[in-house]
Amino acid sequence: MNALPRWAEIVLLPALNLLLALLVTAALVLATGNDPVAALRALVVGSLGSADSVGYTLYYATDMAFAGLAVAVAFQGGLFNIGAEGQAALAGMGITAVALNGGALPAVVLVPLAILGGAALGAAWAAIPGWLQARRGSHIVVTTIMFNFIAASLLVWLVVNVLTVPGTMSPESRGFPAAAALPGLGVPGAAPVNLALPLALAAAAGVWLLVWRTPWGYALRVMGGSARVARYAGIAQGRMTVTVMALSGALAGGVAVNELLGAQHRLLLGFTGGYGFTGIAVALMGRNHPAGVLLAALLFGALTQGGAELAFEMPAVPSDVVVLIQGLVILFAGALGNMLRPGLLRVLGRA
Amino acid sequence: MTAPPPAIELRGISKRFGAVQANRDVDLAVQPGSIHGIIGENGAGKSTLMAILHGFHQADAGTILVDGSATTIRDSRDAIRLGIGMVYQHFMLVDGFTVLENVMLGAEGGRRLAAGAAQARAGLARLGDEYGLRVDPDAPVGNLPMGARQRVEILRALYRGARVLILDEPTGVLTPQEADDLFRVLRALRAQGCAVLLVTHKLREVMAATDRVSVMRAGRMVAHRETADTTPAELGELMIGRRPALPQPHPAQATGPVLLESHGLVVHDDAGTVRVRGADLRLHGGEIVALAGIAGNGQTEFMEALAGMRRPSAGGINLCGTPVFPGAAFNPAALRRQGLAHVPEDRLRDAMLPQETAADTAILGYQDDRAYRGGLGLLSPGRIARHGAEVMRDYDVRPHGPRLQAGRLSGGNQQKLVLGREIGRGPAVLLVGQPTRGVDIGGIEAIHARLLACRAAGQAVLIASVELDEILALADRILVMSDGRIVGEVPASAATEARLGLMMAGIAPDQTS
Repeated sequence: MNALPRWAEIVLLPALNLLLALLVTAALVLATGNDPVAALRALVVGSLGSADSVGYTLYYATDMAFAGLAVAVAFQGGLFNIGAEGQAALAGMGITAVALNGGALPAVVLVPLAILGGAALGAAWAAIPGWLQARRGSHIVVTTIMFNFIAASLLVWLVVNVLTVPGTMSPESRGFPAAAALPGLGVPGAAPVNLALPLALAAAAGVWLLVWRTPWGYALRVMGGSARVARYAGIAQGRMTVTVMALSGALAGGVAVNELLGAQHRLLLGFTGGYGFTGIAVALMGRNHPAGVLLAALLFGALTQGGAELAFEMPAVPSDVVVLIQGLVILFAGALGNMLRPGLLRVLGRA
Repeated sequence: MTAPPPAIELRGISKRFGAVQANRDVDLAVQPGSIHGIIGENGAGKSTLMAILHGFHQADAGTILVDGSATTIRDSRDAIRLGIGMVYQHFMLVDGFTVLENVMLGAEGGRRLAAGAAQARAGLARLGDEYGLRVDPDAPVGNLPMGARQRVEILRALYRGARVLILDEPTGVLTPQEADDLFRVLRALRAQGCAVLLVTHKLREVMAATDRVSVMRAGRMVAHRETADTTPAELGELMIGRRPALPQPHPAQATGPVLLESHGLVVHDDAGTVRVRGADLRLHGGEIVALAGIAGNGQTEFMEALAGMRRPSAGGINLCGTPVFPGAAFNPAALRRQGLAHVPEDRLRDAMLPQETAADTAILGYQDDRAYRGGLGLLSPGRIARHGAEVMRDYDVRPHGPRLQAGRLSGGNQQKLVLGREIGRGPAVLLVGQPTRGVDIGGIEAIHARLLACRAAGQAVLIASVELDEILALADRILVMSDGRIVGEVPASAATEARLGLMMAGIAPDQTS
């Protein structure tokens, strides 16, 4: 098969796929008796139209970026980590354990410690399926999915039975000490945009360096390309599987950092908000490359924020429209990502 | 009465893939009742031409005439309808099905399978009598030897009514005896009026089996000859467009110490089947030892075990005088550090990164080497590219571009790239599986010269090859493997094709003399 020029591969093809997703959405909105143009305007204005909405878009994009990086780095090793949601939940527990017990420490110590605690638990939770895959051949897709359920149950038990504040009805822990708060970035508006955003950018740069500029990353990509070649090259695939899953789980923990240390300042049920799953779509659309993941995270962040505004502005439009758009983006950018390729090749005269 | 029209005639066939003109104005006429050879180097356009005949590709220009009338072949169903049958190099058979079921594939004969089966059974019996093609119709194909599987392929084509049979490199997987059987069948087909197209790069087969031969080079048909009027030398020259270098008899030389040794090695494959049943090997510096045998008799697993890719279940391996198996650090990376280099037989699948650049492939297995690091201990794309460019220059890998996608190189250039990476490190022991599989004549010469240079430098070289010509051209000693055992050793000077062929079939040398 002939190759598209680089710019078409990176910009044009994803843009066309996105356009297709929006067109189909518009048709469906029209079919429900609503004005698709107005809906689209609500979506765009809602995600980018004010300081508040831009702030929330960035805030959601931070979650998406961490989850997307988690999925992407594992995928470079040929491992499909479906468990970012559960790993983020476990990371939240780690963060909470440090934050609630470290009230006497200054912020410069407590915050990094809490982040490390979260990363460690997220890593451990992902390393177990990695180990099961390496040692027992249990498929990582199956085990990570099951670990999501275990993590969710664990979180319910912990929040409802152990950490809940006596005398209250809300399923959440007591508030973290003030020293355990990630500083905000001071962006205008009400959105809790915090230090987790630059942290996500740094994580993306780190992932890029690690995967494309270290022998470890080279070995990871060899394993992702072919297990046979990895065996030939003498790469210890079992160890590699466990370590990359641990790294993936630690990155998924970034969701908890943004949510708990950056915004909620307590452990609460459902704080992972499905970002772990959206991260799969983000990685898919971002082609498992950190730069692509950041762009896709921004898009999905905007969809999430704009969708909330859309539901508010046009109550007649089913609130599931945003989920629909996300689904269609995944369909066109992921599953049907190559559908337009032959036509594009012909148009560009490369066939 | 006029002569019958050719069974197949091609006029001015051209086919282009992107920048590559695979076929250029090709003419060909194949008479019924004849065996017609098509020879040419890899990449000369033979396979494209056959794919056009079988409807897999459509020609950009030109006409195809079958029995004198112009026709179009849009897909393989058209080809079958026109009586054109194809036997691929890699058999298209379902291993778990019986011979009968395989023959019926695509010709099930209606909704009730039983009626079709009875019909096919009768057809198989009839064909078996006519052409001497006897195969047990109820044997599962997976249990049959390669020669019998090929007969199933031929039977399938004939059962569909083929009057023109195309065979693509048919003897690659056969023993010399099986190849003789094949040619007997082909002659029977000729006697019945079938036209046989034999696509090959083996001059010997063309000389022995064909009536006429057409030579392709760089997409063009460069010559048509009556086989009786030509010589292997002329055909070889036509194929490569120049006079091939004569194989230089390599001078005898004293061998050095034993560098690689195995005793009682037992190896299982991934499915748990025992493939090597107690193999002993002593490989000295300064010699080339060839592992001969029909593909699938344990050579692959033996080589993989010696390279550390496959853990033996019994026995021992010493590398450069040090026991490496049994041992804790028995893996390809550790063996590589101790001076072993390995070019596996399926290099594209096992030893390359086809999606990445050629330079990335040129450091595979050696990615931890500090020479490829730049600032902060990070991998330096510049240094990796420079190393890739060096390997590609030293080993004449064309096109010369370290940033090219490795999978886009031709088979011969892929092999040179991998050989360059492995030999370039100056290993004590070099293992090479099928050194020239899929490599064209010019590339074969270069690769053989490299292996002989390793020998001259005192390195120990073990090759596994199914090409007897290659074994005879390179080896000092020949070990023959059959059914997982090394059934005999022959010094190159005493080796003949007939003797090796019998040994490959599992008959020990003392029984052959």
